[in-house]
Amino acid sequence: MPVVDRQEWDVVVVGAGGAGLRAAIEARERGARTAVICKSLFGKAHTVMAEGGIAAAMANANEHDTWQTHFRDTMRGGKFLNQWRMAELHAREAPQRVWELETWGALFDRTKDGRISQRNFGGHEYPRLAHVGDRTGLELIRTLQQRIVALQQQDFADTGDHEWGLKVFQECTVTRVLKDGGPDGGRVSGVFAYDRETGRFFVLQAPAVVLATGGIGKSFKVTSNSWEYTGDGHALALLAGAPLLNMEFVQFHPTGMVWPPSVKGILVTESVRGDGGVLRNAAGERFMFDYVPDVFKDKYAESEREADGWYDDPDHHRRPPELLPRDEVARAINAEVKAGRGSPHGGVFLDVSTRMPAEVIRRRLPSMYHQFKELADVDITAEPMEVGPTCHYVMGGIAVDSDTAAARGVPGLYAAGEVAGGMHGSNRLGGNSLSDLLVFGRRAGRHAAEYARALAQERPRVNGAQVELASAEALRPFSAAAEGEAGPPENPYTLHQELQQTMNDLVGIIRREGEMEQALHKLAELRLRAGRIGVEGHRQFNPGWHLALDLRNMLLVSECVARAALERTESRGGHTREDYPGMDRSWRNVNLLCALAEHPQGRIRLTRETTAPLRPDLLALFEKEELAKYLTDEELEGGLSA
Amino acid sequence: MATGTEHRHGGGGVRAPGRAAIAAAHLRTDRWWLAPACTAAGLLAFVAYSTWRAFANAHYYAAPYVSPFYSPCLAQNCRPMHGGPNADVFGAWWGISPAIIILIFPLGFRLTCYYYRKAYYRGFWASPPACAVAEPHRSYSGETRFPLILQNVHRYFFYAALLVAGVLTYDTALSFRDDRHHWGHMGLGTLVFLLNIVLIWSYTLSCHSCRHIVGGQLKHFSRHPVRYRAWRLVSRLNARHMQLAWASLISVALADFYVYLLASGVFDDPRFF
Amino acid sequence: MSGYEARFRVWRGDQEGGGLRDFTVQVNEGEVVLDIVHRIQATQAPDLAVRWNCKAGKCGSCSAEINGRPRLMCMTRMSVFDRAETVTITPLRAFPVIRDLVTDVSFNYEKAREIPSFVPPAGLGPGEYRMFQEDVDRSQEFRKCIECFLCQSICHVVRDHEENKQAFAGPRFLMRVAELDMHPLDAAAESGLDRKRTAQEEHGLGYCNITKCCTEVCPESIRITDNALIPLKERAVDRKYDPLVWLGSKIRRRPS
Repeated sequence: MPVVDRQEWDVVVVGAGGAGLRAAIEARERGARTAVICKSLFGKAHTVMAEGGIAAAMANANEHDTWQTHFRDTMRGGKFLNQWRMAELHAREAPQRVWELETWGALFDRTKDGRISQRNFGGHEYPRLAHVGDRTGLELIRTLQQRIVALQQQDFADTGDHEWGLKVFQECTVTRVLKDGGPDGGRVSGVFAYDRETGRFFVLQAPAVVLATGGIGKSFKVTSNSWEYTGDGHALALLAGAPLLNMEFVQFHPTGMVWPPSVKGILVTESVRGDGGVLRNAAGERFMFDYVPDVFKDKYAESEREADGWYDDPDHHRRPPELLPRDEVARAINAEVKAGRGSPHGGVFLDVSTRMPAEVIRRRLPSMYHQFKELADVDITAEPMEVGPTCHYVMGGIAVDSDTAAARGVPGLYAAGEVAGGMHGSNRLGGNSLSDLLVFGRRAGRHAAEYARALAQERPRVNGAQVELASAEALRPFSAAAEGEAGPPENPYTLHQELQQTMNDLVGIIRREGEMEQALHKLAELRLRAGRIGVEGHRQFNPGWHLALDLRNMLLVSECVARAALERTESRGGHTREDYPGMDRSWRNVNLLCALAEHPQGRIRLTRETTAPLRPDLLALFEKEELAKYLTDEELEGGLSA
Repeated sequence: MATGTEHRHGGGGVRAPGRAAIAAAHLRTDRWWLAPACTAAGLLAFVAYSTWRAFANAHYYAAPYVSPFYSPCLAQNCRPMHGGPNADVFGAWWGISPAIIILIFPLGFRLTCYYYRKAYYRGFWASPPACAVAEPHRSYSGETRFPLILQNVHRYFFYAALLVAGVLTYDTALSFRDDRHHWGHMGLGTLVFLLNIVLIWSYTLSCHSCRHIVGGQLKHFSRHPVRYRAWRLVSRLNARHMQLAWASLISVALADFYVYLLASGVFDDPRFF
Repeated sequence: MSGYEARFRVWRGDQEGGGLRDFTVQVNEGEVVLDIVHRIQATQAPDLAVRWNCKAGKCGSCSAEINGRPRLMCMTRMSVFDRAETVTITPLRAFPVIRDLVTDVSFNYEKAREIPSFVPPAGLGPGEYRMFQEDVDRSQEFRKCIECFLCQSICHVVRDHEENKQAFAGPRFLMRVAELDMHPLDAAAESGLDRKRTAQEEHGLGYCNITKCCTEVCPESIRITDNALIPLKERAVDRKYDPLVWLGSKIRRRPS
């Protein structure tokens, strides 16, 4: 058995995106010695891809904006399936989280009077997104990264060691969360990880672990997500005994690039539409006017004139339908393409060239200009872009306590950011992701630090047997060729491609019962074959091996998505069933929880759970007519009489 | 057909221990040597020409034109120029060409100019010859020590260059006379001088030091709207600093050569009016 | 516009040594060099080490040298090469190699730590910051940096002279000093830190001989030399080489 290096920390944060870094900063500031583990280099996390902005009701652009309005927009966007307490905390705390970034050196775009400029976005009633051109995520990551460096400089001044209280283990992957009891019991005692560069294993002992690993997009073929998005945190939580919530809700961003093939799926920011871009089909029609659903009829413009007037005079015009929530726009584009009115490469046209002068486009959408010019040879100031839906975000995730971000059932485990479920309900609004990272990253860091401090005297011990199992599990792909009893070794790249194709085709944007059953069969087959994955070479920076280990996570998470999607017999937000096209009010308060359970058909068992009714003061923020579209009559009576 | 494995080797730079074992000093496949070669050739040509002209001490005045190499002319041995930029500051002891006195300033301005520094560091010093092409020197201290630390005096040459440009503007005004010093005339030489002075000013004002002094040194543009506008103007020019450096270098040589041709009697200045 | 077979030479090896290996790979329309590297991985060399992440030119992970020039593999379209040309891909040659196309870029993270952080102004709480767009424009340009470290890798000061790594922060981090010095609310001066002086004295600004390779190579088209390094040099001149300023400070200091 190889000797596994061990280190002692108070809090371990897995993931160094917005949520992970914010959690680490908070934990460190509260006195916890904190380790951050990330798969990529420090500062490269997927958060850098976020373009549009951070939603926060600071009321800089429109004085009417309040946290209540933001809360309302978030609930509407999520079709009332959100964990409402999370949505409330998020709307209340987001402005503070944005302002605090400025004290760490962030430079947002400014209003005329020197405050943070805010832009329009789909589903937000007021201009609400703090932004920096179209590279807000980069600004967020860089600011947090530089804040961490600042804390390390303080530690260096005090102790002579930069990494005394806050250390980033970059290019390392966690494969197991360790506990002091058996697989079903006990508290978190640390994590088992390997260093990608050397292939060496190590254990970080810590009573509190914050999962902030992001999403699952790499299980789909067309996605805006980077290679890191393999659902690691989701799987780690499942394997540690924590349930996942509402995994059927996967957001397909309406506008990804569709051509050339090698860049298919790369994101085209929603700011393009927020700043005036319009969607047209092959016939040149602005088709979105035909797709405004009933629940939103009174909020969106009916004519092009009315829509165009909104950009300059939002108080007297209704919003253009291009700015409907993402799920609506994605379905509309999908329908247009299916009806044969798509663009040459199977998308629709997104045009800013006829809407703004070239100079303005280059200034407001610099990275989009750059991206299309460099990757597709398209000049967006002169011609329309071709766009189509791309897998972008998972609303489902680890079931957490709304206030503390603690994962259910596993003491010491916390989750924040995309990996945590519930905040966004069935569909996330653009801009709510970055604010989610900050609000709940901070909460997770705080509660993890407090939990760790409370356990100072009697820390959970790392179970040696678990370390040995984890180590054997991680090394298995190297011995596949030698085993070979059940069949030939499998190539991890091939399996990954088959998985992506399966999820894309069978559990994609429009879902059908038969196809999802087929997907579950295919996933079962892939799981068997994944048991025979073999890799070449040695442990030092071996991407084939890394992928083989990530596949375990993708397969687990994909099964969750497929099972939950099959179970929910309605269409809502990021879950669209062709066989159940309507939203069903009786499903509104039903949550589907996935837990690990070995059975002949797979490894996931589903349970249903009802959410607590909305607090009356929050319910009172909505008109009764609107609530009637979402809540059942009984809920409505019960809630309003309370 | 794989090339053989190269094992660790000593050496510096891209062959330093620890770096990827690649024997070639660079792997560029384009004509990377073309740009530094052209730069070096262009600069050498100018140096050769200006050395000849500066030491010639002749053919620099053909009324109403005075060669920019000899303006202002500050010694007793200067040719008398009616109303021209003459001033006997240095007196009779100065025996060699009076151009040398004044050329120090434009030369210093260009020698310490941020663009020309790049040009000759690359073209003459090969430090580096081109991007990602290993430089031949064993050690490098940049502009941290004498003499190159003196590059930091660029802004004083900029002030001097302003004065010189002022004198050349005066010369250009004088070129609106005829050869008997009557005002209100114009010849082909006037156009040459006009072109030159526009380029000289554009180059001088597009200087990085100028950009700094005008507004770049400020922390808050919003508190200095006039300087902010000036800074933006200079910044726009500054983006073309390289082009202006070459254009003004050629134009100043051209203006001098034009005067030389007139003064040596090769041809007469075509007069417009 | 159909696909074709292209020839590649990819450096494979580690600290012990290595060399260029030949591959013949299918290339399809619209592909970039990173697509080809992935195809080599999936079909011919599953353990070929390469660092990448977003594949959209936003994260700055996939830096390597293509035909001898540092570039992002995800932003280098195959269409810029002749079909008959052999494309050579090596790791960055300014940093120690780890394996194949992956280099050890820790130099940059060490340098990042040496730059004193933003100093928040005293007396201003969160939400009270007021800054004007014209005052943040300059620093915002520098904050576009995706930290691909191509400029750090191409800069001859460290690329060709390992011994200078100690004293020289490199273009990316000198630009960081410029960014903070131009930040309208950075209170370093009030706290006794003179970024203009330390740029020269501690971060090696004097090593820069403004030969502009950093600007040429920047995938974000940041004008590093003209907008960050030269202005910073001029600011250092204000402090260190301007006799008028020096004289002024002497005179003012004497009475006290």
